[in-house]
Amino acid sequence: MTVRIGVVVFPGSNRDIDAVNALEVAGAEPVRLWHEQASLDGVAAVVLPGGFAYGDYLRAGVIARFSPVMRGVTAFAADGGLVLGICNGFQVLAEARLVPGVLMRNRGLRFVAREIAILPERLDSPFTRSIDARRPLRMPVAHGEGCWYADETTADAVERDGQVLFRYARDDGSVAGGEEDRANPNGSLRAIAGVSNVAGNVAGLMPHPETAVEVVLGSDDGLGIIRSLVDSARERVAGHAPVEVGVR
Amino acid sequence: MTTLRFAVNVLPKDGILDPQGRAVEQSLGLLDVQGVSAVRVGRRIELTVEAPDELAARAIVERLAGDLFSNPLIEQASVEALGASSAAVGTAGAR
Repeated sequence: MTVRIGVVVFPGSNRDIDAVNALEVAGAEPVRLWHEQASLDGVAAVVLPGGFAYGDYLRAGVIARFSPVMRGVTAFAADGGLVLGICNGFQVLAEARLVPGVLMRNRGLRFVAREIAILPERLDSPFTRSIDARRPLRMPVAHGEGCWYADETTADAVERDGQVLFRYARDDGSVAGGEEDRANPNGSLRAIAGVSNVAGNVAGLMPHPETAVEVVLGSDDGLGIIRSLVDSARERVAGHAPVEVGVR
Repeated sequence: MTTLRFAVNVLPKDGILDPQGRAVEQSLGLLDVQGVSAVRVGRRIELTVEAPDELAARAIVERLAGDLFSNPLIEQASVEALGASSAAVGTAGAR
């Protein structure tokens, strides 16, 4: 059964094409959702792609947060719907307070665009369940504001509640250090690269799994993340859909 | 109705790392400047608001300052009244 997954397109999104491709590779049917529509067209999950929504003016993600489609996404998330924000999509989710923390200007002040590695913290979340093993996953980052930050209390709570999904990692699989460590490309607090909300159905990460889904692209380590989303969405649809069968 | 001009000054909160401020501070040596410290870089937004009275106008700006212009998790915003707007031509008594 194909599962329909929405890819939100803001003015300035530029990785929506990659997200669409990745979802197709993972066996889903991608559906583009324009930022001006509040309806999500009945999709089973939503991806907020990378880019520079609304030019990243004021702060990355903040103007997008108030768009009609985010009203739909917020309601969808509140109902337990699966939402994955990648890079700029993560920034939008953070600004909308749908995931904890803030994405600040990279500590080194430079825009970073290179391949890095992240280590999945857990393999039992809707966004990591189909990853083959707890190993460093190689994929690109491309951002200027990706330094995850929260005050100590929030960061402690995020760790305690199992909301850390990914940390930047060194090639040997150890977790990256602070900003002086090249393995932590933006100086993120506690090397956190991706987090979820408390309920676990909304997640964001700065690296780009959607551009690392085929070996020909340099790495297919990102496919496990996309596949996790697709598998979780499929399960969710299967759990909800049969109710209507035969009603008419 | 009254038409007023406001400014919202946004700065990184105290204690929050400000990479831009740090970079500016580090550049001071290049200018042969000594004795300057605690540089913070923020932004300033100016806007004209039309509302029934000054209190109502300020309430709009305060809301925007917290919801849109700043992220209260890392930034602090202060609202500054700039008086009657130059755009208020014709609205006598705006001040």
